[in-house]
Amino acid sequence: MATPTPRVRMPSTAKAGDVIEVKTLISHEMESGQRKDASGKAIPRKIIKQFVATFNGKELFRADWHPAISANPYQSFFVRVPESGTFVFQWIDDDGSVYKSEHKITVG
Amino acid sequence: MTLITGASRRAFLASAGGGLALLTLAPAIAWADAKMVADEIAKLFGGKTLKEGRIKLDLPSIAENGLVVPLSFEVESPMTEADYVKSVHFFAEGNPSPLIASFTFTPLAPKAAASIRIRLAQTQNIVAVAEMSNGDVYTAKKEVKVTIGGCGG
Repeated sequence: MATPTPRVRMPSTAKAGDVIEVKTLISHEMESGQRKDASGKAIPRKIIKQFVATFNGKELFRADWHPAISANPYQSFFVRVPESGTFVFQWIDDDGSVYKSEHKITVG
Repeated sequence: MTLITGASRRAFLASAGGGLALLTLAPAIAWADAKMVADEIAKLFGGKTLKEGRIKLDLPSIAENGLVVPLSFEVESPMTEADYVKSVHFFAEGNPSPLIASFTFTPLAPKAAASIRIRLAQTQNIVAVAEMSNGDVYTAKKEVKVTIGGCGG
């Protein structure tokens, strides 16, 4: 499988205290562990099990995902922007890989 | 919109149906049901009373494709240090496993709301449970009818 590519949609500028919606998507098969291949063998589970959003190092939001999450998982949520800084989004795979996306936001 | 006709349409429907069948025909050893969901909730919250209300669940009444069902929610809360939503958990009563997802919020979030897309193996109830910072637990439930390959179900 190709390396999962995260995509994040959010503004790069905001006014202090603004509430913005962050929309994220990552390409991933989210193999549930329930399916079988052509020879009848179970395909092992491989999903992204956790999504974590931080702003300037502080955790804002976390999602724990189970196999009931669709392929190419979409996650949207809301943040408040108190000051300029960096949002870091991390997706943690069953195999331990971490996919990361960083977004700077300027308050002005 | 392009119309798919004749053999190619049948082939397309067969492959779409096949994908869902794989999801549905999973080993039936530990298929979730209402009791398993209740057990999971009891494991998380012990003997706490579950109150109705405060959770706004946005799920379709009828999902045409069980592989991608949009789920949005919002829990009423001022989201301050003194009073915020700690976590929101989602459970499925008719999937191979009762857990769908859990969300952890902090008072830094302006509202306890999020959207995801989930897989549903069949028509079933979705149960949401929200834990507030003061220990109160709220719940909400919604049934989603899943039509597989447009043949009912």
